[in-house]
Amino acid sequence: MKTTDTATPGVETPGSPGGSGTEVIKTVAPAPRKASKSEGATLNVFSHGVLIIWAIMVVMPLLWAVMTSFKTDKAIFTSPWALPDKLHFENWSRAWTEAHMSDYFLNTILVVGGSLLGTLLFGSMAAYVLARFDFPGNRFIYFLFIGGMSFPIILALVPLFYVMQNMALLNTLHGLILVYIAYSLPFTVFFLTAFFRTLPTSVAEAAFVDGASHTRTFFQVMLPMAKPGLISVGIFNFLGQWNQYLLPTVLNTEPERKVLSQGLVQLAVSQGYKGDWSGLFAGLVMAMLPVLAAYIIFQRQVVAGLTAGAVK
Amino acid sequence: MQHGKYRFIVGFLAAPLALYALFVIWPFVQSIYYSFTDWTGLSPEFGMVGFDNYSRMLDDEVFWKSLQHSLTFAVVLPLVTVGLALFFAFMLNVGGRRRKGAAIAGVRGSSFYKIVYFFPQVLSIAIVALLFQFAYNPNSGAINSVLKGVGLGSVQPDWLGDPDLALICVMVVLVWSTVGFFVVLFSAGMASIPRDFYEAALLDGANRFTTFFKITLPLLWDTVQSGWIYMGILALGAESFAVVQIMTVGPSGGGPDYSTIVLPLYVYQKAFRDGQAAYATTIGVALLLLTLAFAAVVMKLGRRERLEF
Repeated sequence: MKTTDTATPGVETPGSPGGSGTEVIKTVAPAPRKASKSEGATLNVFSHGVLIIWAIMVVMPLLWAVMTSFKTDKAIFTSPWALPDKLHFENWSRAWTEAHMSDYFLNTILVVGGSLLGTLLFGSMAAYVLARFDFPGNRFIYFLFIGGMSFPIILALVPLFYVMQNMALLNTLHGLILVYIAYSLPFTVFFLTAFFRTLPTSVAEAAFVDGASHTRTFFQVMLPMAKPGLISVGIFNFLGQWNQYLLPTVLNTEPERKVLSQGLVQLAVSQGYKGDWSGLFAGLVMAMLPVLAAYIIFQRQVVAGLTAGAVK
Repeated sequence: MQHGKYRFIVGFLAAPLALYALFVIWPFVQSIYYSFTDWTGLSPEFGMVGFDNYSRMLDDEVFWKSLQHSLTFAVVLPLVTVGLALFFAFMLNVGGRRRKGAAIAGVRGSSFYKIVYFFPQVLSIAIVALLFQFAYNPNSGAINSVLKGVGLGSVQPDWLGDPDLALICVMVVLVWSTVGFFVVLFSAGMASIPRDFYEAALLDGANRFTTFFKITLPLLWDTVQSGWIYMGILALGAESFAVVQIMTVGPSGGGPDYSTIVLPLYVYQKAFRDGQAAYATTIGVALLLLTLAFAAVVMKLGRRERLEF
């Protein structure tokens, strides 16, 4: 970035990014100003260059996958980067029905729907109590919850497998839901406790004085007030649970109950069921598109939800 | 607010706490206990063996390999990811052409870049791993055919099949998928740094390089540090398990000659493939210690005077 001191008039040709006007450039500007002005120009070109390269590196693999999902198997192998000769939609329909993508989608929706609801309900209940009530053991329980954020899940998975087996929860969707909820609680409680602490106490007290029970105060007054926090933490959990791979891989091996991520991996392992690479790519894109589309529509909330926790 | 308070507290805490204790706390406690037994996981019978598993672990070559790889992940990945993300975020927020009177300016279209960079973050790590597994395919993969296309037909690495390259290939994927998150995170942090700091520095003749190290980085340090820990825990835990398990199939999983095996994958293999549940939990304990040590070291190294603004 030291090349920038070459602020010769020759560089400042019309249309060059540095020549942003006529006012100061020639002589009157104080030296440091002038140097950094042209620094801005070179740097601007440089930064755009670098930024665009990374943007291409992010988008290319995704576009490549979409393109490949419309090609025949032969075309995938012979010319990976060529455009498809025509759009082979049959890859998609084959993946949807024969490769069981529809089942995987349904399972994922059921599991994520159930566990998201449970996570938000249980998480907010625990967080509310921990944030607003003083009782012996409060701090202990709080740290018990948030301690779970730093432990490697894989360590607990070995005994968990047998706990689930003994309770006949292994390979069931409701078992998976319970586990998802349990492993989502640490972050959810951590986040929502901080959130409930920021809410004003006066409203809840007023409701209580008016004769509402604690439970009623919580559901009718506090929860609606906590909506922004619930949305943030909800998005965080939604993506985490939708994309979960480790837990289902260990706890849910029944073929027809597989969720999306493990189903896709299963397909790939069995050589894209009988060497059907195009169908596999169609499945891959099928799993990718809904989340990407949702992200593009709700990107503000998604970004806020995902980054909210990490900054604290 | 006293009336019925304790009944309410117990009522609200019971279900979440029970769930958490049963599926998270209890297995954790158990796994430490099991690491002192010879439990296979297949039969309910087992006996105490003291530190046998631990001494066995110290003699286990594959354990040392996976430890070494996991350590590499924990050191290299945060360094590269956080470094790249800081670089991009600084470009986005400060790299732009200066408009009239402004001390700093973001590049045009910075919000567009942020949206695009974030893409991989919303995708399942399993999907990302599968996608790159195809891209790395030595015969018909996207990467090698690009090499062929630009006249480098003689350079056709085996990528994931090459023991020397496989680990790097896997790490690249993790970097690819996480950089965007940190770019957005750091951008938010940078946007909250008051502009007059930059203006003052500019009047003193500081260039952007100096500005970055003297103003941006110190003021962003807390965020960088928590990002660092977050990335390290990811690299030691579930994310590394998923990419390695999916991308490097090999005869036994973990790449050619265990060249990509990482601790979480080794735990998984021992427990669910080899029927050595007790030994698996021992390796898991090692992973836990490594994770805690990593966080402690980063916190210690990162301790600085807190800057308020």
